[in-house]
Amino acid sequence: MNVSYRWLQALAPDLDGTPKALAERLTDLGFPVESLHRLSEGLDGIVVARVLDVHPHPNADRLRVCQVDTGSDTVQVVCGAPNVEAGGFYPLAPVGATLPGGMEIRKARLRGEVSEGMLCSEAELGLGRGKDGLMALHLDASQASAAVGAPLVEALGLDDVRLEVEVTSNRPDLLSHRGIARELAARGEASLVEPPLPLSSSDAGLPSDAGLPAVETLAVVGALSREMGQVPEASAAGVTLRIEDTGRCPRYLGLVIRGVRVGPSPAWLQARLRAVGARPINNVVDATNYVLLETGQPLHAFDLHRLDGAQVVVRRARNGEILRTLDGVNRPLDAEMLAICDAHQPVALAGVMGGEASEVTADSTDLFLECALFTPGPIRATRKAVGLSTDASYRFERGVDPDGLMAALLRCAQVILATAGGSPEGPILDVGAAVGTETGGSTAASRDLTLRLRRIQQVLGLPFSAEATTDLLAPLGFGVEPAGDDALRVRVPGWRSWDVTREVDLIEEVARRHGYDRFPDTLAPYRPGSVPDHPLFALEDQLRSFLSGRGLLEAQTPAFAPDGEGEVEVMNPVSAEERRLRSALLPALLRRVEYNLARGNRDVRLYEIGTVFHSPSEPGALPMEETHLAVVLHGNQAPAHWTGEAGPVDLWEVKGLLEALSVAAWPGAVLRPAAEMTPGETDGSGFFVPDTALEANVPSAPAVGWAGRVDPARLDLPPWAGAVWAIELSLPALPHPRPIPRHRALPTHPGVERDLALLVPDSVEAGNVVGVAETHGGVHLREVEVFDVYVGPGVDPGMRSVAIRLRFRADGRSLTDGEVDEAIAQVTRVLEEEIGVRIRGG
Amino acid sequence: MSGTQSLIDALRALEVEALAAARGAADPVGLESVRVQFLGRKDGRISAVLRHVGEIPAADRPALGAEANRVKASLQDALEARASDMQEGSNESDPGQTSGRKPRPGSHTEGARGVGTAGMGTGKGSSPRASGGRGPGAGRGPGASGTSTSRPDLSLPGRGGFPGGRHPITHVVDELWDIFRGMGFTRARGPEAETEWYNFEALNTPLDHPAADEQDTLYLKGGHLLRSHTSPVQVRVMQAYAPPIRILAPGMVYRRDTYDATHAPAFLQLEGLVVDEGITFVDLKATLAEFARRYWGPGTRVRFRPSFFPFTEPSAEVDVKRVYVDADGEERETDWLEIMGAGMVDPAVFEACGIDPERFTGFAFGMGPGRIGMLKYGIPDIRAFFENDIRFLRQFADR
Repeated sequence: MNVSYRWLQALAPDLDGTPKALAERLTDLGFPVESLHRLSEGLDGIVVARVLDVHPHPNADRLRVCQVDTGSDTVQVVCGAPNVEAGGFYPLAPVGATLPGGMEIRKARLRGEVSEGMLCSEAELGLGRGKDGLMALHLDASQASAAVGAPLVEALGLDDVRLEVEVTSNRPDLLSHRGIARELAARGEASLVEPPLPLSSSDAGLPSDAGLPAVETLAVVGALSREMGQVPEASAAGVTLRIEDTGRCPRYLGLVIRGVRVGPSPAWLQARLRAVGARPINNVVDATNYVLLETGQPLHAFDLHRLDGAQVVVRRARNGEILRTLDGVNRPLDAEMLAICDAHQPVALAGVMGGEASEVTADSTDLFLECALFTPGPIRATRKAVGLSTDASYRFERGVDPDGLMAALLRCAQVILATAGGSPEGPILDVGAAVGTETGGSTAASRDLTLRLRRIQQVLGLPFSAEATTDLLAPLGFGVEPAGDDALRVRVPGWRSWDVTREVDLIEEVARRHGYDRFPDTLAPYRPGSVPDHPLFALEDQLRSFLSGRGLLEAQTPAFAPDGEGEVEVMNPVSAEERRLRSALLPALLRRVEYNLARGNRDVRLYEIGTVFHSPSEPGALPMEETHLAVVLHGNQAPAHWTGEAGPVDLWEVKGLLEALSVAAWPGAVLRPAAEMTPGETDGSGFFVPDTALEANVPSAPAVGWAGRVDPARLDLPPWAGAVWAIELSLPALPHPRPIPRHRALPTHPGVERDLALLVPDSVEAGNVVGVAETHGGVHLREVEVFDVYVGPGVDPGMRSVAIRLRFRADGRSLTDGEVDEAIAQVTRVLEEEIGVRIRGG
Repeated sequence: MSGTQSLIDALRALEVEALAAARGAADPVGLESVRVQFLGRKDGRISAVLRHVGEIPAADRPALGAEANRVKASLQDALEARASDMQEGSNESDPGQTSGRKPRPGSHTEGARGVGTAGMGTGKGSSPRASGGRGPGAGRGPGASGTSTSRPDLSLPGRGGFPGGRHPITHVVDELWDIFRGMGFTRARGPEAETEWYNFEALNTPLDHPAADEQDTLYLKGGHLLRSHTSPVQVRVMQAYAPPIRILAPGMVYRRDTYDATHAPAFLQLEGLVVDEGITFVDLKATLAEFARRYWGPGTRVRFRPSFFPFTEPSAEVDVKRVYVDADGEERETDWLEIMGAGMVDPAVFEACGIDPERFTGFAFGMGPGRIGMLKYGIPDIRAFFENDIRFLRQFADR
């Protein structure tokens, strides 16, 4: 909501302090001011000029040579704008002036013609978006003679400050200058007045203040539906008004004004609109916008002669009807939309935008002025359906003051009469539902709430007496009466009828008015909660510590993925890269490797813990989610050191990591060569080079993790990059607590180690050899490890030399050589007999 | 026979035995066993001999000492020579490569029995880097000390690993969790893909109310949406557990935003919820002010401003102003920084969760660890968090 400081001052004349102080005060009240803009910023040297005549440029088709009256002189200015006209008034930046953008104007020669100054567009002055042509100043002759040569700031009333106030969606009552002034007044910041229109003698050609017809005395003719489904209808001044859907339009007021002269608005009205960033159009349209911005009530003026049959019908649109709205767009309507129609067709999209065909133009003389209440939900649905948010729809979908319609209509009539002349032809039409409907049009009595003093203390933690509570609420417009010993009955004013509907809403008002800062902040004892700490957090933390200690950096990537990398589809993605939710972490993490390598970074070692998504198990259910951990390793195993460089990351580093990670996440997990499916395998191609792919398994589940060398075809890397190794591991939804270690007494007697060098056929895995040794090594065998593998000279082709070490120990005594020899003999015998493995050199 | 001579003889016998053992050691572990067995300060066999020094005449003691030192040096040399051999032998050691490598003399002998159970656990090739890439003739000097003598050049850099560590946002979450854990909170989590009911309706946000629009929501095909805040976790926890509840719920949330310096379509949020009998607005202020002072320092000023959230009433924005002493010893303060939204749980939310709002009250709060991290570390652009440039991540590494 853009607020003009001058406008606010007119409504609350004793408002204290500077715009900046006001901004701070509003922020404290819960309505943060996002920006302050002094409208005259950078416009000091700009003046109002009149173009006397316009000639084509002799040497350039698109340029024109203008003689310009600057008030004190006549100068020649070369101009490229298509809309420059002799007799028009435009802002001129004379030689020596500086534009808000910092451009300094110098005397110049453009294609041979002297140019002494620059005629400006709105955009060039920072006053608006219009940059297609010059900013035409709509001054009539009497204003103009005084204005030529005057500073633009003065002529346009730009000596003002615009405050951009953030209004939360629950407070539509603050979407107007009066609403904000009322809030400040309630808090003792100012007193609220109904300002006279700032008419002045310069607004010549219009009736003087004294000569305005008194709109307040107009009679009213009404029609109310007494029961559901009844269609209220009334006629006055030759117009018939009917509401066919009182659920969506609980009330509609209309007034005919005849004999207006449509033209530019007076300077004060243009200045008000410009100050808040609205563009002046003509005196009638500007009047409706002015009242919207002053009171928060949207209004619309129709050209009465363009309403067929002099009828106004509020009804659902019919499928197939098309309305060309004021923005020049043909909009197909449907039966879910409420339309304002004449005898035959829609003339406005109710609460959103008027139609072009019934628009008020320079030729209009008679008006039908609408001031209505529309139900928020359907307005919101229509606004979303047509994709058109306007000042009117913004307010209607949040809720306008149901008690404020008549005042707004009269105010608007007053402004039109003051700026466009004409005379009202009563009576005023007032048609609607008799009682509050479910969603709007509540009556004052239906807005009575009970407020228990005990409940205030229960929520806020401080006692408030009936008197104190009344003193806090009454200035906000709440009617407060005692209701028993411990309660108050509170009547909610119309402008708060949308957000104050329950006792707790009143309690919030008490807290706001009391001032949040005046509540103490002393800690009280608390009871421990009943919710256990979710164990997955502890596991994640453990894994982060482990990987960080191993020299990996944690990455975070968003869960979005392009097609092909996820099953779950986003309905309204921002980009194609974000059309899906990832089903694995690795694709995005590998792109981070590519990103780093493209920037010349080496040794990229990253991990990520995040959520992945899978299609729901049954239609309509939520997608399935899992927490995954992914690791990517690239480059060397350790940083370069002067004692020598470590080798590149290899299969055994990545396998060691997967072993450690999978056992931490899934106690009892074992690794084995990956089966055919690895993650990311949606089109038959896995992530990993097949011979290097490992998977981690637990008895009760399919594979829980994978590791290996990433298939180079999946990567976009520079040629020097070398191999990238990776892990993808799913984490259990509810990890078991880490087992508590059980202490075992240390051995009291030394053990015995024996090494065996074995010749192993390529068809036999080292794991088999170890397995045989473990199975047949006897009761005293404690451990078997592979400590060397060798292929080359001295070993026959098709064979490997594998060295294993066996550790034996007995509890409570030393083993004899004989016992160990016997065990070794048994192992070597079985190795040879069952898997063809012999002692090397034996 | 004098005691002195028998001790010297014993030392010489040990030397012969030890040198043989050193030559016969198969690997660094075996070698270390030899060293411990003979040179060990406490249980070593040479030390054991020297323990009898008190039994010989004082005049003979220097001679015994000299002999002991000679034997030790001789053994030490033998051990180092053997170690050096082993390193060269393991030069190309890489079990993952099966390409040709010269056989290593002395390895794979079955005779390495009984080399003890010293169990140092270092394993073969425990320091392959020490000799990696060096030619056979390089000698042990440079590898060991970095000088041409045996005295090491201590100005040379030590050996380190790659820097590793948590993402800066994780650091912030961990710090926040530390504080709230100290105030009796536990952590809860919930799904990131949610129903409209959990994301909006249960949180007193009717779907046709503009508040449902303010967080531009991402919807999923086939129904449902990506949660636009972590508040659905409140609802799930209140459905599953009875008060008292004191939880913290960190998690990813999603908005239909394009990336710019302060926006991302996915970011972390941290939600808190306290529900019990007798919880009031004073408790909300006290808890959050205490948190702010623990996080930003005891001099931190905290401001509560009225605000609006559909699921809390009264609602507040919480701002902090850090007060700190700068390098010149002057006390300075920051601007007011918006750090979280908070409020008393709306009775409609309690009703949706099956909790009696007349009996229980509570408060909730939510903040963005990413935003807090940007303020704390001086990061100007939120996109740095997602680019994951390792030069950025290393600035927050554990070392």
